[in-house]
Amino acid sequence: MSQYVLSVIASGGVWAILTLSLNLITGYAGQVSLGQAAFFAIGAYAAAMLSTRTGFGFVPAVLAAMPITGVAAAALGLLALRVKDDFLVFATIGVNFIVVAILQYTDAFGGAQGIVAIPLPAIGPVTLQIGAYAGLVVALALLAGFASRWVERSWLGYGFAAVRQDELAARTIGVPAAQLKVVAFALAGLLAGLAGALYAYFLGNVFPQNFAFVISIQVMAMLVLGGLGTVPGAIVGAAVLTALPEILRPLADYRYTIFGLVLVITVSFLPGGIMGHGGLGDRALGRLRPRRAAT
Amino acid sequence: MQDALTALTLGSTYVLLAVGLSMIYGILRIIHVAHAGVYTIGAYVGYLAWGQTGSVWVALVGGMAAGALSGWLIYALMYRRLLEAPRYVPLIASIGAFIVIQDLLSKPWLMGSDRLAMQADPGLPSVGVLGATVSPEALYVLVVTAALLLALAVLFRRSDIGLQWRATASDRELAGASGVSVERAIASTFAVGSALAGAAGVTVAVYTESVFAFMGEVPSYKAFVIVVLGGLGAVLGPVVAGFVLAFAETLLIANAGFVLPRDAIAFLILVIVLIVRPQGLFGRARA
Repeated sequence: MSQYVLSVIASGGVWAILTLSLNLITGYAGQVSLGQAAFFAIGAYAAAMLSTRTGFGFVPAVLAAMPITGVAAAALGLLALRVKDDFLVFATIGVNFIVVAILQYTDAFGGAQGIVAIPLPAIGPVTLQIGAYAGLVVALALLAGFASRWVERSWLGYGFAAVRQDELAARTIGVPAAQLKVVAFALAGLLAGLAGALYAYFLGNVFPQNFAFVISIQVMAMLVLGGLGTVPGAIVGAAVLTALPEILRPLADYRYTIFGLVLVITVSFLPGGIMGHGGLGDRALGRLRPRRAAT
Repeated sequence: MQDALTALTLGSTYVLLAVGLSMIYGILRIIHVAHAGVYTIGAYVGYLAWGQTGSVWVALVGGMAAGALSGWLIYALMYRRLLEAPRYVPLIASIGAFIVIQDLLSKPWLMGSDRLAMQADPGLPSVGVLGATVSPEALYVLVVTAALLLALAVLFRRSDIGLQWRATASDRELAGASGVSVERAIASTFAVGSALAGAAGVTVAVYTESVFAFMGEVPSYKAFVIVVLGGLGAVLGPVVAGFVLAFAETLLIANAGFVLPRDAIAFLILVIVLIVRPQGLFGRARA
């Protein structure tokens, strides 16, 4: 495969991890966040600064970026305890703008020049070229998918579902809604930190504009297109919206128009997304699954 | 004093955009991001009308008509079928529509250039107030805003359609059961709210002397900051919040030492306000 195809695959893997991270908050716990790029930024900057300023290697930098982002996200999760519904959407948008502004105007974070010359990722003595890196990112995306699925089916996942469906009712029967929301944000932070760190090493340089608000929209679009609340949906949505602009390259002038139309048409006619209940992928898979007796 | 006048002018443009947005949120509870697309369309049509006639007043009428039409179309073609869908569905659709509007307007075959200069002469005098000057362009913004807000207040409080808007916003089903044509109330809310967005686009174009495809980018989210601060869905709230925000931004920037850019200030204020008052400055807490 060419370098170009491999780098598209690597970025698709990064987007899949970030979309899975949003799925934890929005798909499982029902807290709509339009500020996911803020967590992505924190993960990427953490890894970039650890590697260029303190000489951390690739693996330790990625492993450190995850809990750093997790803690930051948990702190934002506290906001979701007070601020709800549409107000939360705006608060998360606000956090995205504030984080980008801080990165842009603080010299310690490199300001508008960003953080450049991040070394190539290496595990021990082996430097990962783009092919190996794409393989690693895709493997980590699948691992994140399995981890999400595990959370979905654990008591934690049932707790998230209860909070999503009716927070008041959940609290009435003793579901610790507040703690669960913070946990959802923290877990999402771990994944967003992973995605950000992998993205920083993929790009080699990070700039504040890599994490602008439009990225949050893009991730939400991936999740909704694929199927909110489902692991296959998050992965398929990320893959489709990563590949689409590349396939549409001949129509490059109109890629945003087409992107916008895809969003409008998908949510209008397929509100559950491709892999969601009743979606195209769901129906296709349904034929393969053993049928359960109707009750 | 000059700062205060700048803030007043800036606040006027915020308010024109945010009031329409708040009306639409109030009646449908949707996060209408594409409102800023309507604002941009209004500015472009206003530019064309000005180019034909040289009059900023014709431009205003043209921009408002184009705003009303495009806002109504967005409702009729898109939102009408999404009213029963989960809350994030119209939000995503709206973002998609906004992206399409911006991208199409930025195409050179449409307007020739992605940034057009609009050196319009409003034909108004310069006015001196307490040692500061109101430029003709700023006076145009202030006059238009004051007239439109007054007209809107009369419409809301004194007309049948205003009563129907308020009834539909407070309880759609009950309003329908009481003989209000809900469909017409929603469509006309979109038309009037969007006409105000068109007016905002034209006044900003005249004031900043330029029109460009991405002029709605920052206002789109800032208008929401104002609507949220004003208490989602209220009408008086955003008027107050719009001016408060413009004054706060201008003061913070004038008294330097503040490193964040203007746009981040708005969001910083928003997040702090929401932490203290999760229902917005003027919103009532819901059970």
